Amino acid sequence: MSIPNSLPPIYLDNNATTRCAPEAVAAMLPYFTEQFGNPSSMHSFGSKVGHEVKAARAALQKLLGAEYDSEIVYTAGGTEADNTAILSALKASPDRKEIITTSVEHHAVLHLCDQLEKDGYTIHRLKVDGKGRLDLDEYRKLLTDKVAIVSVMWANNETGTLFPVEEMARLAHDANILFHTDAVQAVGKVELNMADSAIDMLSLSGHKLHGPKGIGALYLRRGSRFRPLLRGGGQERGRRAGTENVPGIIGLGVAARLAREHMAYENTQVRALRDKLQAGILAAVPNAFATGDLDNRLPNTLNIAFEYVEGEAILMLLNKQGIAASSGSACTSGSLEPSHVMRAMGIPYTAAHGTIRFSLSRENTEAEIDRVIAAVPLIIAQLRKLSPYWGENGPVTDPDKAFAPTYA
Amino acid sequence: MWDYSETVKEHFYNPRNAGPMADANAIGEVGSISCGDALRLMLKVEPDSEKILDASFQTFGCGSAIASSSALTEMIKGKTLDEALKVSNQDIADFLGGLPPEKMHCSVMGREALQSAIANYRGEEWADDHEEGALICKCFAVDSVMIEETIRANNLCSVEQVTNYTKAGGGCSSCHEGIEEILAKVMAERGETFQPAPPPEKTRPGKLSTLERIRRIEQVIEKARPNLQRDHGDIELVDVEGKTIYVAMKGACSGCQMEALTLGGVQQQMIEALGELVKVVPVKLKTPPPLVNPS
Repeated sequence: MSIPNSLPPIYLDNNATTRCAPEAVAAMLPYFTEQFGNPSSMHSFGSKVGHEVKAARAALQKLLGAEYDSEIVYTAGGTEADNTAILSALKASPDRKEIITTSVEHHAVLHLCDQLEKDGYTIHRLKVDGKGRLDLDEYRKLLTDKVAIVSVMWANNETGTLFPVEEMARLAHDANILFHTDAVQAVGKVELNMADSAIDMLSLSGHKLHGPKGIGALYLRRGSRFRPLLRGGGQERGRRAGTENVPGIIGLGVAARLAREHMAYENTQVRALRDKLQAGILAAVPNAFATGDLDNRLPNTLNIAFEYVEGEAILMLLNKQGIAASSGSACTSGSLEPSHVMRAMGIPYTAAHGTIRFSLSRENTEAEIDRVIAAVPLIIAQLRKLSPYWGENGPVTDPDKAFAPTYA
Repeated sequence: MWDYSETVKEHFYNPRNAGPMADANAIGEVGSISCGDALRLMLKVEPDSEKILDASFQTFGCGSAIASSSALTEMIKGKTLDEALKVSNQDIADFLGGLPPEKMHCSVMGREALQSAIANYRGEEWADDHEEGALICKCFAVDSVMIEETIRANNLCSVEQVTNYTKAGGGCSSCHEGIEEILAKVMAERGETFQPAPPPEKTRPGKLSTLERIRRIEQVIEKARPNLQRDHGDIELVDVEGKTIYVAMKGACSGCQMEALTLGGVQQQMIEALGELVKVVPVKLKTPPPLVNPS
């Protein structure tokens, strides 16, 4: 949808995707034209490219705090990395038919697990409490020798809630079970030190950290049992066949370096802006609350549930003012369910349909946040005025009785 | 984001007739907050004429739900109840310049609120008979409940049959996996196993051999002839050059006022038979010179 407004747009949907850093774009450009060689080739066209790919790999290794650069396997993105990790574990341990994951994973893991369930695997989906936190006792009981892999996200994309993946990986490790984490939202925002971690595999995506789309990586601990998803030419040491996405790899290398440089900024300035946005909106809008584990979440993410209004309508009115955010609710035929994350947290229906995610980046300014704080209360009031669940000064006393449709 | 028409956006940003109506004498309520959309339609009906003097709505829901509600109130104002009942959900969608397939249910909700309000005015019971499942076929907006019920009612066992009955899967074909899953489930209920049909013969009309192409052209001509002969006319194939098919109209057909119409029909059948765009062009047959006895 076009932005029908003369005000400069404000982008607060960085958990969906980020702007590719201009430095990354500039570094990539030569690799489409003069540096077009295939890094596997024997001639000088290829070898120079191979050298730069190695440097980019080292930059990503540094961001992850990995011990070896060979622990990085480039993929087409986070989804491929997630699929590769889980399917590899199943292939490597054909006798183990169980998977442990959570009910709030990204679809890249959740929908794969749904399919594997149809294929006969047993999927344990860990529940979360009202703040989106896991019950580690439930987890411990499931760690048996039937489990092929545990896959738990590092940070939730909708609420930003962080999960204790390091501790969970140690527990899995003690039980001799592979541990994978979808760290797509965490990489670049959370300090990582894979060299001192029990995590076997970690997925990341370039475009979530101001890198290009179409490139991601699977961190694969040296010595972890692995079976490739794609076989063919021996690229990525035979672990992911297919000619390297050289411009993508170069761009991700620059993005990784920039992310390291901005790590402190992300956790101080960006966090402060996020906190200001949260306080500003909640002070001005009644019947609204922030969701997730507020003391333990990504510094850039804010998810607010607005009662008695619907998310898409909020987004459209925000968009009209040039403000880009996202909503967990997907209001389409037959799936009038709010997001699986909100449902898993038990957010009441009165609020679950009106959840809005604001996800910031290092590019946002305080002036932008002020504009959003000014805009949101009016939008919510406007929609509540239309809502049959909202009276003159607040929600109707008993929504179920006040609105009695012929069917529900 | 959804590709909403300008009219949808306009009605969402500036909804008409929004808000409670104190003196409404017909109220229809559909949906619920747990479903994610709910609509209350309020009408002021003139008792003698049953004319809708005023209409207003309150809606909790997405952009197209609010736009559909707004459109509905505009469409029914001034109509009698019987006239209003003729407004279908497709009419609401058309009024809005179309809705994405995933959002057609918003127009259905509008239509149901209208039925419910009129039933309320007339003191009748109105029961919703409409259950909605997950959207399977996006090309033709067919949901899982519709597919499932059709398979069950008609004992269907192939994707092709499902397409013939519901249209689902007849477009881009990317929902065939979903249709197969429903087939497998329903067939299991009746103790059968779903067997995928062999992939359909790819008809590549462009790849017809010259012989096959001519044969099909002749078949179309032969099929057309009896009708023409009944009217004391006839048609004859003269030549084929690339995408142009030359025919001669004979007898009463030659110079007939309906000639263009006849040729149009033949051309349409040619296009269907050959699977390519062709032109049917009438030519005058040169009458052979009379035989002159040399002696």
